[in-house]
Amino acid sequence: MRIGVVTFPGSNSDVDALNALAVAGVEPVSLWHESPDLHGVAGVILPGGFAYGDYLRAGVIARFSPVMRGVTDFAAKGGLVLGICNGFQVLAESRLVPGALLRNRSLRFASKIIAIKPQRLDSAFTNKATGAPLHMPIAHGEGCYYADEATLDALEAKGQILFRYVRADGAPALDPDDPANPNGSLRAIAGVCNEAGNVAGLMPHPERMSESILGSDDGMQLIRSFVESAAAWETAR
Amino acid sequence: MSEFRFAVNVLPKPGILDPQGRAVELSLPHLKVTTVSRVRVGRRVELTVTADAESAARAVVDGLAKELLSNPLIETYAIELLEATSSAVSTAKVTGS
Repeated sequence: MRIGVVTFPGSNSDVDALNALAVAGVEPVSLWHESPDLHGVAGVILPGGFAYGDYLRAGVIARFSPVMRGVTDFAAKGGLVLGICNGFQVLAESRLVPGALLRNRSLRFASKIIAIKPQRLDSAFTNKATGAPLHMPIAHGEGCYYADEATLDALEAKGQILFRYVRADGAPALDPDDPANPNGSLRAIAGVCNEAGNVAGLMPHPERMSESILGSDDGMQLIRSFVESAAAWETAR
Repeated sequence: MSEFRFAVNVLPKPGILDPQGRAVELSLPHLKVTTVSRVRVGRRVELTVTADAESAARAVVDGLAKELLSNPLIETYAIELLEATSSAVSTAKVTGS
């Protein structure tokens, strides 16, 4: 099975994502931003980085790139799309997932290992996770998740909040000033999915924790979930 | 055809956390300024549109402001006309006809 990883000018975690896919035992396919052709892949990852320099707002210029036409069509057909960090920002700006990612409340670029907890284990992106907190790196300046109160309530009700930042005791870091909530995200949201459940974004980097030699393979729980869900989608099609 | 120069002023929506505005505000005591509050930091984009009429030019800018220059979830924008000039090309055409 083939899974694509988009490279935008300024992507910097695309090779890590390709590597994580290879570790998961699938054929990674590099997709270039200038073409809407996804080469028949069964799933797409939008990787971390600074697409188009993140000028204007993080992710917005990438939204209008040719490859995003292909990704939007693919998502509309039910194909699985995972946005990591900058990829999450691109999905939010493209309105493929709800909400927006604001400048970190601290105004600092946050680069450290944090803990997140999957909020449900029956989604395409979490169905191979154990449910325990996952430790992964974050590296972003604009990761403060924002949506208005009505949208946040709807996300909770529909199970679209996939990941929350958690404290050492495993409780969600709901206070935006809690150090375990590294960017001040509302309701400690680290990742969400669309209503259909086939497009998801998160700020932490599972692909950078995909092998024990990298410090941990916590991220593989999410990569495996995504890969196996994409395989099931391709088979069912 | 004429050229219309616009500014699009983008600001965080009221109620949206604006850490940059807050950082500026927190610096004010260092300047011994105590009479300034409610600082908001946004972005200003200036651009020129070639069009027959101001209304057509403004419609182009409005579309761009909504789709690209601002994110309506978190920002508001205001469009300001800075200058309207007849372009050299259209002047030549008018002269030639």
